[in-house]
Amino acid sequence: MIRWRRARLTAAREESPTARTLVFEVPDWPGHLAGQHVDVRLTAPDGYTAQRSYSLATPEGVELTVEGLPDGEVSSYLVDELTVGDEIELRGPVGGWFVWRPAVTTPVLLVAGGSGIVPLMAMIRARRLAGGDTPFHLVYSLREPARRYYAAELDAPDPWLTITWVHTRLAPHRRITKDDLPGPGPDVFVCGPTGFVEAAADLLLDVGHDSARIRTERFGG
Amino acid sequence: MGIISRGFRGRPRDDHGRLPPGQYQVHDFPVLSAGPTPRIEQDRWEFAIDTEAGQTHRWSWQELMALPQESPTADIHCVTKWSKFDTTWQGVSLDVLFEDVETAAEYALVHSYGGYTTNLPLEDLLDGKAWICHRFDGEELEPQHGGPARLVVPHLYFWKSAKWVRGIRLLNEDWPGFWESAGYHNYGDPWREQRYEGD
Ligand SMILES: Cc1cc2nc3c(=O)[nH]c(=O)nc-3n(C[C@H](O)[C@H](O)[C@H](O)COP(=O)(O)OP(=O)(O)OC[C@H]3O[C@@H](n4cnc5c(N)ncnc54)[C@H](O)[C@@H]3O)c2cc1C
Repeated sequence: MIRWRRARLTAAREESPTARTLVFEVPDWPGHLAGQHVDVRLTAPDGYTAQRSYSLATPEGVELTVEGLPDGEVSSYLVDELTVGDEIELRGPVGGWFVWRPAVTTPVLLVAGGSGIVPLMAMIRARRLAGGDTPFHLVYSLREPARRYYAAELDAPDPWLTITWVHTRLAPHRRITKDDLPGPGPDVFVCGPTGFVEAAADLLLDVGHDSARIRTERFGG
Repeated sequence: MGIISRGFRGRPRDDHGRLPPGQYQVHDFPVLSAGPTPRIEQDRWEFAIDTEAGQTHRWSWQELMALPQESPTADIHCVTKWSKFDTTWQGVSLDVLFEDVETAAEYALVHSYGGYTTNLPLEDLLDGKAWICHRFDGEELEPQHGGPARLVVPHLYFWKSAKWVRGIRLLNEDWPGFWESAGYHNYGDPWREQRYEGD
């Protein structure tokens, strides 16, 4: 059984106007792979609980980035309410499929829609820690530049990291298209809201990627 | 009970005991799959049951459509925490497909177009508990939800309800499927919250 652990919020920072990165101290955290997630559990005074999944944003330590959804039961609490020193419960790591392992040196294509950047950023950070010369290409689709997460790191990308930005609010009805996606060869990780993942995975097949090498994670929504 | 989260009240709830532990109700239909949605042509579609003795029973799309159809209504529960109440399906009960299948096997490994697999005890597929469905909510089942046809086993977490289903292999020994090999629970009963290995 993956047991529930107490997690104390030790730091929090604004990641975008609507998202917050939360750094937790979790005693005896067993470690995890880039791409895995945790389940968070909140408990109300009357015993009611709510659980949601959140991706780990870093390869070491327990850091989450949560997009606050209007009226979102759990996300709005994590973004607007939780204060440094507060404790919540979480368990993990979970998921053995949507992971990048540093030992695999195949080139990597990451395709992020909105908050889907979170587990992909963990992979980029794990790649930085691993050294070597595996090339990464990130295609990051989001409404407008101000919404991007991890700006300090992504505005000055590492030499092995290519970034294609797709800003869906700036041109009318701009969506991710075939032209935004490099051709087959790399291992592919796609993450974001369901509609985005469906569209992006379909375009990847159109430009010739092998479906067996495309891994997807759908956040819902 | 867990530690209380300061200031958390949660949403008003009115599920009348229909929500398994840790689940929340949605009204849309989210999607969970490990890769892209496979492209399958109906006229090349087939469904097969392979027994432990090496016999194969096959159905083409037309043959499946010609079998008695049922219209189950069920609550479905996804391991990613959402539940959807009163979903309506149309398809063929596995009891019908198993009518002429002779087997003493205890385990089933369901496999799909696109390579997905999931395992469950054979008894969880029989006695009105599972269907091969090709319509959802009165419409043809969309590819992203598993069309042309998917398995529907509503009493287990929904990853057991394999999308794009292609066949079932009957086995004397249990063989873990895709998510079952990636840290998820082997059986997956939502009422016992069997999400992950060891739960
Ligand atoms: C494996 C996994 C990893 C995830 N990782 C992250 C992560 O790193 N960061 C993150 O912010 N979220 C992540 N999510 C999504 C997260 O689990 C919640 O679904 C999300 O925070 C909404 O929960 P809520 O309680 O705030 O909203 P709810 O109260 O459940 O829903 C509010 C409304 O928002 C809609 N909605 C639900 N999810 C989304 C969404 N993703 N986008 C748009 N609308 C939505 C619902 O349909 C509903 O109408 C992940 C989900 C999964 C399955």
